[in-house]
Amino acid sequence: MTTGRLGWAPYALLIPSLVFLALFFLWPMIGAFGLALQDTDGTWSLASIERMLADQNFGNALRTTVLLVVLVLPIQLFLAMSMALIVNARLKGSGLWLYVYALPLGISELAAAIVWLSIFRQTGWLNSVLQTIGIIDRPIIWQSQENMWVLILLVVIAEAWRATSIIMIILVAGLQSIPPEYMEAAEVYGAGTWQKVRRVILPMLRPALQVALILRTILAFQVFATVIALAGTGQVVALAQEARRWAVNLNNDNVAAAYAGLILILSIVSTLLFLWLLPTREEQQV
Amino acid sequence: MTADATTPTLRRRRIGRRRLLSRALLYVVATLLALFILAPIYFIFVSAITPPEIALTEYPRQLVPREVSLDTIIFFLNAAGVLDSFWRSVWVGLITLVLALLIGAPAGYALARYAFRGKSAYRLAVVSTRAFPIVILAIPLAVTYIRLGIDDTIIGVALMHTALALPFTILITSSVFVSVPRELEEAAQTLGCHPLQAFLRISLPLALPGLAAAAIFTWVISWNDVFAASILTFTEPTLPARILSALTQSRVTFQFAAGFIMLIPSIVVIFFIRRYLLGLWGRVVK
Amino acid sequence: MAEIRLEEVTKLFKQVRAVDDVSLTIADGEFMVLLGPSGCGKTTLLRSIAGLEQIDAGRILIGDREVTDVPPRHRRISMVFQSYAVFPHMTVFENIAFGLRMAKVRGDEIRRRVTDAAELLHIGDLLERYPSQTSGGQRQRIAVARAIAMQSQVLLMDEPLSNLDALLRLEMRAELKRLLAEIGSTTIYVTHDQVEALSMGDRIAVMRSGKLVQVGDPLTIYDEPVDTFVGGFIGNPPMNFLRSRIERRGGGSVAVLDGAGELPIGDGRVGDRPDGSLLLGIRAENIQVSTDTGRSGLRGRVMVVEPLGSHNLVTLRIGEDQIKATTRPDERLERDQDVSLIIDADRIRWLDPSGGIAIGSEATAGPGAGMGAPKPGEIEAGEPPAVV
Repeated sequence: MTTGRLGWAPYALLIPSLVFLALFFLWPMIGAFGLALQDTDGTWSLASIERMLADQNFGNALRTTVLLVVLVLPIQLFLAMSMALIVNARLKGSGLWLYVYALPLGISELAAAIVWLSIFRQTGWLNSVLQTIGIIDRPIIWQSQENMWVLILLVVIAEAWRATSIIMIILVAGLQSIPPEYMEAAEVYGAGTWQKVRRVILPMLRPALQVALILRTILAFQVFATVIALAGTGQVVALAQEARRWAVNLNNDNVAAAYAGLILILSIVSTLLFLWLLPTREEQQV
Repeated sequence: MTADATTPTLRRRRIGRRRLLSRALLYVVATLLALFILAPIYFIFVSAITPPEIALTEYPRQLVPREVSLDTIIFFLNAAGVLDSFWRSVWVGLITLVLALLIGAPAGYALARYAFRGKSAYRLAVVSTRAFPIVILAIPLAVTYIRLGIDDTIIGVALMHTALALPFTILITSSVFVSVPRELEEAAQTLGCHPLQAFLRISLPLALPGLAAAAIFTWVISWNDVFAASILTFTEPTLPARILSALTQSRVTFQFAAGFIMLIPSIVVIFFIRRYLLGLWGRVVK
Repeated sequence: MAEIRLEEVTKLFKQVRAVDDVSLTIADGEFMVLLGPSGCGKTTLLRSIAGLEQIDAGRILIGDREVTDVPPRHRRISMVFQSYAVFPHMTVFENIAFGLRMAKVRGDEIRRRVTDAAELLHIGDLLERYPSQTSGGQRQRIAVARAIAMQSQVLLMDEPLSNLDALLRLEMRAELKRLLAEIGSTTIYVTHDQVEALSMGDRIAVMRSGKLVQVGDPLTIYDEPVDTFVGGFIGNPPMNFLRSRIERRGGGSVAVLDGAGELPIGDGRVGDRPDGSLLLGIRAENIQVSTDTGRSGLRGRVMVVEPLGSHNLVTLRIGEDQIKATTRPDERLERDQDVSLIIDADRIRWLDPSGGIAIGSEATAGPGAGMGAPKPGEIEAGEPPAVV
């Protein structure tokens, strides 16, 4: 490290970013809490929060969002782990596998939602394939408002497709940082494949797992376009969706901010939960 | 090295049956996962190049279309305001890219090259901003923008997107500069370069590929954003915002083309930066 | 004139004194080696002379000009880095020419100096290649060529050979020594390898924990180390140190080694400790091992015999201590064999047992002397011992 003559240089380089981050993260955050704790006329009160809690969609939104997160995570974890192990196994053309599995990384929530819409709609691809191979003889209405669980399942599948890549990439990076000598030592001392995974890979992957899960969970609480596209605006709604509805359609930024605050709180709680469940001790680092 | 003409041919080693089986299983799983990722993309692609009349009426959909046409896409692009929104998204992305690099790259350089007081605190602050739900940032910003009169403007959205992308840009450029050895700059200094000259002549050219990858990734982050754009723009929306608001009333063909158009840059970008993927995301972890 | 003067140079990293009050003068054209274990401050000192580190106290003068606050590019120095720091995005030619371009030297002059430097380093045919197309050893030569093309008065080298494999290192050592002697610039060379230091330097400055321990020419450092650290750090195997007690016998003195016998050391008085205890320092090649146990001498027992081709390295137990001696390769010695040891009294180096400073050297020892023998880890396994 140059502890050079330009002692002020690093600070000068950092200031613009600090200012920007303060303006666009710190300040809005404070502003959001301010808005949530005000009524629409600007007076300080809990009226907006009460409005949110009393709204008929609230319980639905909360329940749905939490449910989605809880369902999507294990599926994505399993998928991502499989993909990561495959990429790490260096099969022929491993660069190709990585590229394919990483494709959804750059796809927006809305694009992914439309893609799966084209699959799940009544005259969509799922029904087409099922009918062509003879499993059904009439199209199934997947997106029926009657069946809440099916709607949730649709969203789970779409989200699993879209957002698994993030977890996979982080896991691959983590896997590659495990020196192969550990696997070889385990082999020499008699560990089979499953045991290697359980006793060597998973423990050493803890830091990466922690980061991946925390990140994905925070992102998952913000799910919204997928729900709008696949589940309409009836039985199944998401918290972020409600936030937008209050801000744009109902012109009430205060309640919207209350929803935003709720999402933040859920994110923080889940982060703390993961930090508690998956502690990574310094000594265990590679 | 010249091959020895009398080298005995090696006996074919018999790979154990179990090894072969597990290897084959790996390929099967890998292929299934790849199909899971690729199939929806293929579906939307076919949907988008199916002639509109067929797309609207045909059921079951043919996996390999008999007729293709660009009409679906053309009608979409010609629909009210779509082309405007398309270019608007492109421009917002470019402005975001420039701003994020201007602000973020110097900070990344400072993180890579200097040791200074408050470095780990700064780094922590940057990393933790990634955990902020965009919901809680966009809503108060919408309020502020209205007050400042920059709501519904390109620059307004670009600023929000820059904030979104800045943490990535900072951390990515930091790891890019770390990969350029500092000794190269020092050698240049002993050979007569001013520190700035050393940076411009040595570090910058070597960092350029990584910086380009960071720039492209930043553009995609902006292109993909739905939530903030849908709150911060009304009469002049970005592409995702326009599509979202039209989602429920639009025709199926509109949606197909929309999804496909939104998808293309993502896939192309991921293709170009695939070499940096692990560096981008894996390094961002720590 | 390119004399380099360091006056009370101190460099701090947080609370640690990486370079602690170092004063040293390097004469014009001299080849000075900074030698010491990892972390002793030698590289920091070199980088401070280069201007890559700013010192916290003291002055640095290059050729009568104070450069303490002058940035590297104005100090008129050349530097070879341990990792070579060859620019990957430029051809070999452009690499060597870089400093000349910065100095706005004329094009044809650049071409001449680059090709000359490349010829000297035998890389003339690599000029149009990119560094990625060259080997590690070739890249090292490119780094050296780049430095000498500048024709600076001062050449700084930071462990330039340590990344080469052993054979290449041996070759380059000799080549570099010849080349630098021809060029004649003042050179400061940092290394942790004492063989390199002995082989190449006009003078060696031994450093430890940021301080100078001893400065002198190789032979003096080797035969007359100023303390147990230098004696143990220089030479392979390290100098042996035996505990002894000086007593008067008849008209002269003897050194008594408990459990091993006595060694007459003439009339002189050595040391001034009340109990007469002293450390006896003697190098392996100055100990004669004899199987004739009847002979006068010290008693010892063979522990290990290591045949090294040109000689045998024998580990012996003598009293309570263990030492190493060298013998001819055909000398037949066996484990647990009792032997007689003849020590050449003229080659003995006496040292004070507390701290380990050599008797009579207190005045010339550097501030870093007397901190005891090298600790484990300070000596890195080096090349096979020198031929006897």
